[in-house]
This record gives sequence, structure tokens and C-alpha cells, in this order.
Amino acid sequence: MSKPRVAVHKFSSCDGCQLGILNLEDELLDLVGAIEIAYFLEATSKIQPGPYDVALVEGSVSTPHEKKRIQEIREESGVLIAIGACATSGGIQSLRNFVDHTKLAETVYDHPEYLDYLEKATPVSDHVKVDLEIYGCPVNKYQILEAVISLLQQRTPNLPTHSVCLDCKRNGTVCVMVTQGIPCVGPVTRTGCGAICPANGRGCYGCFGPAPQAELDAMIPLLQAAEEYPNQTEHLLRNFAGYAPAFRDAVDAMLEESPKK
Amino acid sequence: MTKNISIPALARVEGEGALYIRTKDNEIEHIELNIYEPPRFFEGFLQGRYFQEVPDITARICGICPVAYQMSSAKALENAYDVEISQEVYDLRRLLYCAEFIESHVLHMYMLQAPDLLGVDSVIEIAAIAPDVVKKALRSKKLGNDLLKTIGGRSVHPVSTKVGGFYRWPDKDKIKGLIEDFKWGLEFAKETARWAVGLDFPDFEMEYEYVAVSHPDHYAIYDGDVLSSTGKRVPVEDYETLYLESHVPQSTALHSHTTEGNSYFVGPLARYNLNFNQLRPAAKGIANEIGFKPPQHNPYKGLLARAIETIEVYDVALELMEAYDPQGPPHAKFDLKDGEGYGVSEAPRGLLYHRYKVGKDGLIKEAKITPPTAQNYAQMEADLARLAPEVLFDRSHEEASLALEHLLRSYDPCISCSTHFLKLKHERV
Repeated sequence: MSKPRVAVHKFSSCDGCQLGILNLEDELLDLVGAIEIAYFLEATSKIQPGPYDVALVEGSVSTPHEKKRIQEIREESGVLIAIGACATSGGIQSLRNFVDHTKLAETVYDHPEYLDYLEKATPVSDHVKVDLEIYGCPVNKYQILEAVISLLQQRTPNLPTHSVCLDCKRNGTVCVMVTQGIPCVGPVTRTGCGAICPANGRGCYGCFGPAPQAELDAMIPLLQAAEEYPNQTEHLLRNFAGYAPAFRDAVDAMLEESPKK
Repeated sequence: MTKNISIPALARVEGEGALYIRTKDNEIEHIELNIYEPPRFFEGFLQGRYFQEVPDITARICGICPVAYQMSSAKALENAYDVEISQEVYDLRRLLYCAEFIESHVLHMYMLQAPDLLGVDSVIEIAAIAPDVVKKALRSKKLGNDLLKTIGGRSVHPVSTKVGGFYRWPDKDKIKGLIEDFKWGLEFAKETARWAVGLDFPDFEMEYEYVAVSHPDHYAIYDGDVLSSTGKRVPVEDYETLYLESHVPQSTALHSHTTEGNSYFVGPLARYNLNFNQLRPAAKGIANEIGFKPPQHNPYKGLLARAIETIEVYDVALELMEAYDPQGPPHAKFDLKDGEGYGVSEAPRGLLYHRYKVGKDGLIKEAKITPPTAQNYAQMEADLARLAPEVLFDRSHEEASLALEHLLRSYDPCISCSTHFLKLKHERV
């Protein structure tokens, strides 16, 4: 079997997720032996034309050009994998989806009329069919590796779906919320980071997005009771994965019930 | 005759950019470095966020140098709230910054710029010719990432930094456990400098105004004043009296320039030229051995400045790791008040400036971030305008593109510093 041709594409993002591939220092040389890197601007100036067997897409769709380009990429790709919070939920720049974007543009730029962007920054799946999503801000690089290996082995990738909360228990990390009253969204956040925030003595801020079984209705009153500053619950959930439907809807409902302080 | 050259996608930079040049009768008519990084509005949505969220949010501006954003923002907010950090916090922040320099510099030297100097497309091809060198480079890069992970939980967007210090001290045994590997890293950094000086750098020199952070006691990365090669030295709160950003309608991006309207140069070469004398003996010794002494005016040789700086940060990191034994609290206690604060530090690719207005409710009222690539933007265009006539007319399109791309890559432009990089509507006049 010939090596699968892999392309890595960037949309609106910080580059941190595709850097995860270059950060696979121990595996990188074996990886490029098993696949053919056909398009990966951050790593190589050799640009090979499509079609590609696998496309890894980083970033959210936030400009008219990106809206068009994601369609083209979908057409020339076999398996399309969205990597990271931006590609799977819109990412940090989707915070603009909740406010008046013209005011935002005026705040930052002297001449907003020269900007060319979409009102909303949205996940790849809002535009094209996505075959697999890998979450996190940034992604866990080993989940990208697992996805590629699973394709090579023609099996389903093993990507866990439990919450960060469970990882703390497994790691023996004492709960920061129960013992110190620090607001933590670990119980409703997808695993993948290794529960590093509670291990560092702080609450999880939800950068891997909602866990599939997240009980936000139960969690939000607990978070609100523990707030260290007004509206902290909204800040925690309306964050790097704030446009993910579960977080988005929960905060919308919460704000409807109890408007901002 | 009119000839257009267009490099639609720029490879091996972080973020994406493009370059457009229009010529007429072998003269450059128009040159435009076009960054099609979409606007992400960081300074806009920071307004109304709680100050303690800022280091986490600004980290997301750049996945390659998140620590730089965390440091400049934490420092600016500490300045605003009159927070004194302890010596132990100061030392650990310097150590964290060393880790980011190792990761970013090794990445740039071996994976982003060296392929140009060796005439190949990527590090993968270098690995085919010299697998041992690439394996060592990957090990060195990984050591930077290992230290980032030890202090910050993960290497991209670490989670331990807060305004006032750290959420928790990293484990002492884990820090000490890296020392032996870092000794190897220091030796490999020296090996890298000896190897790199033999690379075939293009002849190219320009008159530059260099600007970098400068500290009286050491080679500045984490803190200091803002120093220019014109001799001007100002404290961070006066940065905006000398360096301005403007949104030029006919241009494609925000440009920084001096108040006199000149372009200037930030990054490893600027630091090297301004602060060489403060390098420690290990780095200075190798600089002398390979004959790389300031002043240096060839932007391609930023790679050599990176190589010497990598020795410096390994050396500093080892000292800080040996001494690491925190006894006091990991973060300071302080009261909130209305105020304004300034922070500056050296990202691996150059000076990074932050300013915030804050309230006693802890909320951000105003944010201003000037990333290194915005500051180099005008200089990169000037360099390209100078190089273009030399390569455009007697070389093939492909060769000319490559030469211009290489010049740009030598700046290590972090185009995803997207606070200020954007694609504007194309104006046809």
C-alpha cells in the first residue's frame, strides 16, 4: 500500500495545534516515514497538489476567503479531521459571535472598513462534513498521532470522552473545588489535557470544550455559588470553547435566568 | 513591460502570509507584503474580562511563543496593580522563558530556516542527509518543551502563570531531574553554533535601527528598559512615545514605526547587537571562537544570533535549575485599584509590548498589544524592496520567489501574532 498523502491546513488560529505535530519529537521521523506530508506550510515549502488522503484542519472559519477555501479542501480530501478548539467550536475568536462585532473592530482598528471578515467565527463542521474532531486548546498531540495511526491501521481511533474530573481522581489530584472552593469546570469538560490545571492548584477553564455527557444544569449553580468575582461562571464557560453548543446554550440559558451582575 | 510576481502562500513561517510585487521596465513599482491572517480582535474582547484571565487569553495569540504573551501581560497587569513579585517568582519566570527560547529557537534554526541555507524544502530532507543532526536537534527542542511542561503543565499554552506569580511551584525533583539532559543541551547548542557559522549565508546588509529590551545586569529577555541603537533608552511606560503603530489605508497591515517615521528592527539580531556585552562567558566564548561579533547587519545571520542565544539560555537555565529551591509563597497578595500598566519582554522573535487599563473591579478597560512581527513589518518590506531588483530579473520565477521567501523567513515572522495582522480589502486604483 502506498503511503497516505497528508495535508495540514491552517485557518483562523494561533498555530499551536499544528505545532503539536512538530512537537512530536520522538515520533516525527517515524511518522514521516509512514505518511507522505504533501502540504504543510508551517513545515515544508514543498507544496504538492491534491487530492489528499487525509486533511488535518486547524482554525475556525472567519473570513469569506476561508469559507470558500474550506469547501475546496473538503472536495480534495478523503478524510477530513478538524484539530483543536478553533476548528471544532470556533475557538477564542468566536467570542466575537456574542457581541457587536463592529464595536469590536472599531476598538482594535482605526479603519475597520478595510477589514474583510465574517460576522461569526465558526467551526469547520458548520461548513463541511467533518469525519473526525480532535478537541483542545491546544490539542493533545498524541491524539493527532492516534488518529493518524488508526487510519493507517484501518481501525476506529481510541479517543476518550470522559470528563477532566475523572482524570483528577485517577491522578490522585485533590479536588480544588471541594477542598478549596475554587470554581472548576473539570466535571463538564472533555478529557485530553491530563487535568493539568487542578494539578497546578487552579480550576479547569474548559479549554477542551464540553464533555459529551456534561450535566451543565447541575454544574452551573455550583459554579455560581463559588464565584470569586461577579459573572465568573460566564467567563469560565464563554472562553476558548465558548461557542461549542453545550457551553453556548448553557450560558445563554443562565443569562436569561439571572442577568449579568 | 510590466511583470508581476506573486508568492501566494509563504511556507515555514508560523501563520500565513503572501507577497505581491509589481514591476515596470525592470523597476519596482509596488511591493506589498500581504498577511492574510484574519483579524482575531484580541484587544477588543479582552475588554471586560477579569485581569487574571489575561495571561491565559493572550497566550492564544501565538502557539509558538505563548510564554512571551503570558509574561508581558502578567508584568503589565502587575505594573497596573503595583504588585511586587518575589525574587523566587522572578527566577522561575526567567527559567520558564529560557524553556520557550530553546523550543522556539531550535525550531526556527533547524526546521524553518536551515532548509533554505541547505537548499532543501524541509527538515525532513535534512533528516535524510544527516539523520543524527536532526535527531539531536529534536532532542534539544524537546528539552525546551520538557521544561515548559514541568513548569507550566504543557508546552503549548502552559497553565501555571498568573498575575502575581505562579499558581503553584513546580516539583523540585522534576526540575532537578532535567539538569543532566540540559548539560547535554548546552554542549549541543555550542555544536550548533560551530556548525551554523559554516552555512552559506547570502550577502545582504542594511542600515537598521535596532530596538530591544536591555537590562543592566544580564542579557535581557524577561525584563529591562527599551533600548535603541540610536542611543535612546526609555523605561517601558514611555515605549509609545517613541514607537507608534498606524493603520495605513493603502497598506495591508498595521505598521510600527518610530515617531520620526522610520522602520526599525526587533529580534535576535537586535538583542545581539545591543546587549552582546552582557552575554555570559559560555555564549560569549563561542561567539568569539566562531568570529561572530557585533555589530552584525545581515538579517539572515539572525540564525547565528539565535544559535548564540540558545547557548546563553541553556547556560542561564542550568544555573536557575541548580539553585531552584522555592521557600516562599508562589504568588503575591495585592489589592485591586484603578490603574494603567505597561509590560515589555523579548519574545524569541523580538520585543513584545503590552499595556492595560484596569479597574478596581478587576476588569480590563483597555488593552494594547504590539507584537514583534508588527514592529518588523515595515523593515521586512524595506528589505524585500531592496532584494527584489537583485533577484527578480535574472532568475526564474521560482528561484526569485525562494530568495525573497528566505529573506522573510530569516525574520522568523510569527504571523499568527494576529492581534494586528490582517488581510485588508484589495484596493485597485
